[in-house]
Amino acid sequence: MADVTKNDEAVSDEVAAVEAAIAKPVERGEPILQVRNLVKHFPLTQGILFKKQVGAVKAVDGISFDLYQGETLGIVGESGCGKSTVAKLLMNLERATAGEVFYKGQDITKLSRRALKAVRRNIQMVFQDPYTSLNPRMTVGDIIGETYDIHPEVAPKGDRRRKVQELLDVVGLNPEYINRYPHQFSGGQRQRIGIARGLALNPEIIICDEPVSALDVSVQAQVINLMEKLQDEFNLSYIFIAHDLSIVRHISDRVGVMYLGKMAEIGTDTEIYDHPTHPYTQALLSAVPVPDPEAREHRERIILTGDVPSPANPPSGCRFRTRCWKAQDRCATEEPLLAIPQRFVGDDTPAAHESACHFAEEKDVVHAVN
Amino acid sequence: MTIIDKNADVPAPRTGDAATPLLEVRDLHVEFHTRDGVAKAVNGVNYTVSAGETLAVLGESGSGKSVTAQAIMGILDMPPGKIPHGEILFQGRDMLKMSNEERRKIRGRKIAMIFQDALSSLNPVLTVGYQLGEMFRVHQGLSKKEAKAKAIEMMDRVRIPAARERVNDYPHQFSGGMRQRIMIAMALALEPELIIADEPTTALDVTVQAQVMDLLADLQREYNMGLILITHDLGVVADVADKIAVMYAGRIVETAPVHEIYKRPAHPYTKGLLESIPRLDQKGQELYAIKGLPPNLLRIPTGCAFNPRCEMAQDICRTEVPTLHRVTEQDGSELPGRGSACHFWKETIHG
Repeated sequence: MADVTKNDEAVSDEVAAVEAAIAKPVERGEPILQVRNLVKHFPLTQGILFKKQVGAVKAVDGISFDLYQGETLGIVGESGCGKSTVAKLLMNLERATAGEVFYKGQDITKLSRRALKAVRRNIQMVFQDPYTSLNPRMTVGDIIGETYDIHPEVAPKGDRRRKVQELLDVVGLNPEYINRYPHQFSGGQRQRIGIARGLALNPEIIICDEPVSALDVSVQAQVINLMEKLQDEFNLSYIFIAHDLSIVRHISDRVGVMYLGKMAEIGTDTEIYDHPTHPYTQALLSAVPVPDPEAREHRERIILTGDVPSPANPPSGCRFRTRCWKAQDRCATEEPLLAIPQRFVGDDTPAAHESACHFAEEKDVVHAVN
Repeated sequence: MTIIDKNADVPAPRTGDAATPLLEVRDLHVEFHTRDGVAKAVNGVNYTVSAGETLAVLGESGSGKSVTAQAIMGILDMPPGKIPHGEILFQGRDMLKMSNEERRKIRGRKIAMIFQDALSSLNPVLTVGYQLGEMFRVHQGLSKKEAKAKAIEMMDRVRIPAARERVNDYPHQFSGGMRQRIMIAMALALEPELIIADEPTTALDVTVQAQVMDLLADLQREYNMGLILITHDLGVVADVADKIAVMYAGRIVETAPVHEIYKRPAHPYTKGLLESIPRLDQKGQELYAIKGLPPNLLRIPTGCAFNPRCEMAQDICRTEVPTLHRVTEQDGSELPGRGSACHFWKETIHG
């Protein structure tokens, strides 16, 4: 019994320490979330009775980045590059294999469940599919209000209905819809409910995993505008994960490009879109169809052949080398690190941003060549 | 390896010779009789496609773009679907008046379709070689062995590497892009004259999308096929289409050659759509958003279906359905191929 009490005390101390740390506000422009060498390997096993590990899917393989207070960090990449796994790791829905995620200096990958609960209140998520991420048997009021059952300190019992109605109003829905069920709403309205649920606990960080890709074009713009408005109003920091590069450019302050579990290039939106230096970023950008028929006759297009290699057995050295037109022997043996390329160090050009390529070179692929 | 192409790859849009269109859809209506009432999915659609031409049909979900395609293909579920009026002329003959036997001869052989979701359109328990060969066995009566040889040839043609070794693989063993290539190979197998591609690249990544669209354009040129591309992606349309038809609530609201529509839209809906998409090559301010939602097809608004969402709407828009007006230059000179179903098209394009 004595042991249990002691354990309890230790946990309570930890919770108190974490709560004290996260209560401190972060200045605008300071990092609120720091990710260091984050790794997630999913084991591949063989056998039924005697399971043995025969390998691992290296979904996320050592990525590092910072998220600053009040900014939007976009993460782009093809399907299977590990961007959604990053979202889950940041939410601690998956335990990281290695690496750290510091939220206000606290490593959230190593916290106990109780301490984590306090952190989760401040890091919320908006999911991709507004059709499956809302429980069809619960009313909108229950879906949004459920967060207050888990974190009762945010809203006292008698106040909850009013709070939920306020939230509905904030996201542009009629507060009288509180007793309706999800099926009575359209896709865009459902995504607004998902956003209201994410906002319910006054979080500081919202992780959005493809929040508009299931919506129609005319509705996408409404939701994107709403998210930008909310960011200003509540001083939120967003991690915006998407495969649509145009939308990511529109909403992001900084953008990270992922390929096979690694960060290929990261920088401000102008650095990435107008001055990309990594061949993968260049290929990705040149493949995006631009809604301008003039551009189709005057744009350089890089068409990659083949598919993304399997993350269970990634290529040695640089992971992009199997599809890269610049690849040399060095790329197969030596892994390029994510850093400002040597040739641009000290230069005051937008090309001087972090890029994981031995032969980084600036190339504008987005604008039409004359 | 990778191909870097200095703007040589994509041809300029062709200005089709309008002698005899390959396909002509005239005043097509499609309704679905449901428990809640009659859903009017298509309300008087007209379009033509000539050989070698690409028509892009653009619209949001529920605009009737896929239903029109299914009606052309003859794969509409009837009932609950019903075609109360309209004609679908293929090489001058109305397909709606043909017997099932006659239509079956056209389907697959003359008109083929590529579906959006390759994984659910392929049978998971049959090898891709068997499924590809089926086209040849059923339509041309080839033997199993000959059909398989043909299947390998088709897989080569859509640039699937190691076709001979992979012909006996099952669909799940292929990646998304490769599966879509198999769908294209199936559609092309009998060298049809018209291909209907319903959101062929929506489920694919951009790099793979570029590969697949390129392949489709190459093959179209090689066989001089007509192509109806159904999509909601304004970017893809700008890349491949010759002419565009924009659909809203089961009607065509604007038609135009591809260059024209992006420069000067003549319908407020098209204009709103173009302004609501973020651009890759420039960072804009707040996005323009069309307010409201697409209409419920059970209760389409009276007058112009777009009027509750339109900023230019006047009383006339609530009472009178606008016909597809011919769009002209300010001085009255003709703009070939352009039309707009808006009472105020003049203000929209010239205002």
